[in-house]
Amino acid sequence: MLDVEVENLRKCFGDFCAVDGLSFTVAHGEVFGLLGPNGAGKSTLIRMLTTLVPPTSGTARINGFDIIKAANQVRRSIGVIPQAMTSDLDLSAEENMGIFAKLYGIPSDKRQRTIQELLAAVDLAQWADKPVKMFSGGMRRRLEIARGLVHEPKIFFLDEPTTGLDPVSRVAVWEMLTRLKRERDLTILVTTHYMDEADKLCDRIAIIDHGKLVALDSPLKLKASIPGKNILEVSFSKIPADWLQALKSLPEVADVKSDDQVFRILSNNGPRTTVALMEAARQANVSVASLSVQSTTLDDVFVHYTGHQLRDTLQAPAGYSTAFMYERK
Amino acid sequence: MNRILAIIERDLRRFRRSPTLIIVSMIMPLVQLVVLGYAFGGKVKHLTVGVVDEDHGVPAVKLKEMFQAVAANARTFETVPYTDQGSAVRDLRDGKLNAVLNIPPQFSRKMLASVNPKIALMEDNTDQFAAAALEGTLNQMLVPYNQKPPAPRLPSGATLSVVEIYPYVPYIQYLLPGTIVLAIFVSAMIGGGIIFIDDKARGLHEGYLVTPISKFELILGFNLSGAAKAVIAGLVLVIFGSLIAGIPDPFNVPRLLRMVLLVIATSLALISMMFLLMVRVSDPLVPRATFGVLNTVLFFPSGAVYPINAFPLWMKVIAVVDPFTYAVRGFKALALKNTGLLAILPDLGFLVGFTIIAMAAATLLFRRTL
Repeated sequence: MLDVEVENLRKCFGDFCAVDGLSFTVAHGEVFGLLGPNGAGKSTLIRMLTTLVPPTSGTARINGFDIIKAANQVRRSIGVIPQAMTSDLDLSAEENMGIFAKLYGIPSDKRQRTIQELLAAVDLAQWADKPVKMFSGGMRRRLEIARGLVHEPKIFFLDEPTTGLDPVSRVAVWEMLTRLKRERDLTILVTTHYMDEADKLCDRIAIIDHGKLVALDSPLKLKASIPGKNILEVSFSKIPADWLQALKSLPEVADVKSDDQVFRILSNNGPRTTVALMEAARQANVSVASLSVQSTTLDDVFVHYTGHQLRDTLQAPAGYSTAFMYERK
Repeated sequence: MNRILAIIERDLRRFRRSPTLIIVSMIMPLVQLVVLGYAFGGKVKHLTVGVVDEDHGVPAVKLKEMFQAVAANARTFETVPYTDQGSAVRDLRDGKLNAVLNIPPQFSRKMLASVNPKIALMEDNTDQFAAAALEGTLNQMLVPYNQKPPAPRLPSGATLSVVEIYPYVPYIQYLLPGTIVLAIFVSAMIGGGIIFIDDKARGLHEGYLVTPISKFELILGFNLSGAAKAVIAGLVLVIFGSLIAGIPDPFNVPRLLRMVLLVIATSLALISMMFLLMVRVSDPLVPRATFGVLNTVLFFPSGAVYPINAFPLWMKVIAVVDPFTYAVRGFKALALKNTGLLAILPDLGFLVGFTIIAMAAATLLFRRTL
């Protein structure tokens, strides 16, 4: 059964298209990752799927409901954790949850029980009556996850849930999500620009760049889809003429890319290529300044498909400026 | 209905936990009432007047004795004797004196000969209030000075007898209705303007918009919660403001109930106006930048501090569409004249109509998407 069906979805702001004709589906129970650098169109896509932004063209169905024609049914089917932390700082965790339970029309007899269960599930039961302004960033994010589940949604949308969190909180949030997904039979659609997170936790990953889908598969298959099993990153004291060609002719080398002084060598056999590389450098009287050998990661997949790493680019208009807003953490 | 109540509950809980906000929206208008009430309402006293006597005759001495009497009793001004006019005028220009009175040579001779002698008053007219007070006191003083032998038994000219139908209204009481409305407006500006836009910018509204709440429920929730806070601020002003201003019988229950009704109508009108103005605004700097001017544009043309009859036409036009005008007029009728509900019905009617139109327009303009 398909929980999310996206068909040729576009969102343009004037000449600039933040999302440019995306199509994909997400099956029930999947953890689906949307991966891309800042400005790739991930948040705009999530906002369209959660009925916050109307698409320019195309359509999508969430839990079988059209995001334009049946927006309220979509809203009842989904839980949403926006990128910004939106819990009320002056209210307690319990009060924050209570307000949203009422907004979703949860009957009063069920409300208190659900809130207590969810706060326990995100390890915040002991802080239930404390104002959120006393919470750390990780605690606030966990509270928001609990808040997003207060009406027992089928599909959970999370927009960069771990951005701005310390490594320990990031791990805690992901462990919690994995557990909640299992216990509550959720379908999760999550955006992130942390490749390691996506690699470990997502069943399938869509790589988005410039608003377009450039690759979509499981992390394992994505990594296998690019040439080479290892990546050698190497820099030299000097670069002789035709050095790039010399590197390409080393044994087991699938491809070589150079970025100024650093060469990225994609190899089918890292150790063998490394030995040959050292020998070639000795013969050419070139000393190796730095060398690292690693297995292929999603970073490499991303670089392979997009041709670049993270970079600055135009984003969809944010709607309002939050630059000067002050928030205590 | 539950969703509307949830929005109100959230807002009021936050309000309860923000003592600074409570102080700003309730105590500050009270401070304003006291400061403005006494700043404009009191009599001008202790002006300094230089007296140059170039005559020294008996009528001039009598005149100076009367100046001393004013200095000792009404204390509108105190006199400083000068022997030459040049130094007195120099001190006037230097700001050491508020005016110089010159009793010219031949004053006594002309006085005794009844040829209408003149006294010169050179005044610092940059301060019109002080100048007017001085002129008024001196003119009053000259009436008994000029008194002729007793008048005929039957007066020959028409005179005016003034009957005041209400007790004397000091300026602080005159200002109270405007201050009540101002307190409500400050609450509307903070709740309906600044906090609304800040919440929007912080993404709090995004949280609402992904729930199944309707546009109308959202607007009604925002309006009612804003109005609830404004009503609290208005009631604080009605009670404590009345006590401070010395309104007679401030706890008269039927009048208090009428005041509560008007506070509610005013709160709804002002908060719905604020939402209408802010419904498409996203930049948190906009309300901060506009509220000072908005306050002036709405408060001063309303007749809160000065009668509307004195305004030029364009200000009278603002007064006609300004909900402040009707709220101030209603509170004046209730607080200063203790009228019944019937007398304020037109004002209540305008405020209710204004609320309905503003809320409907805000709902139409409100975007349920980002």
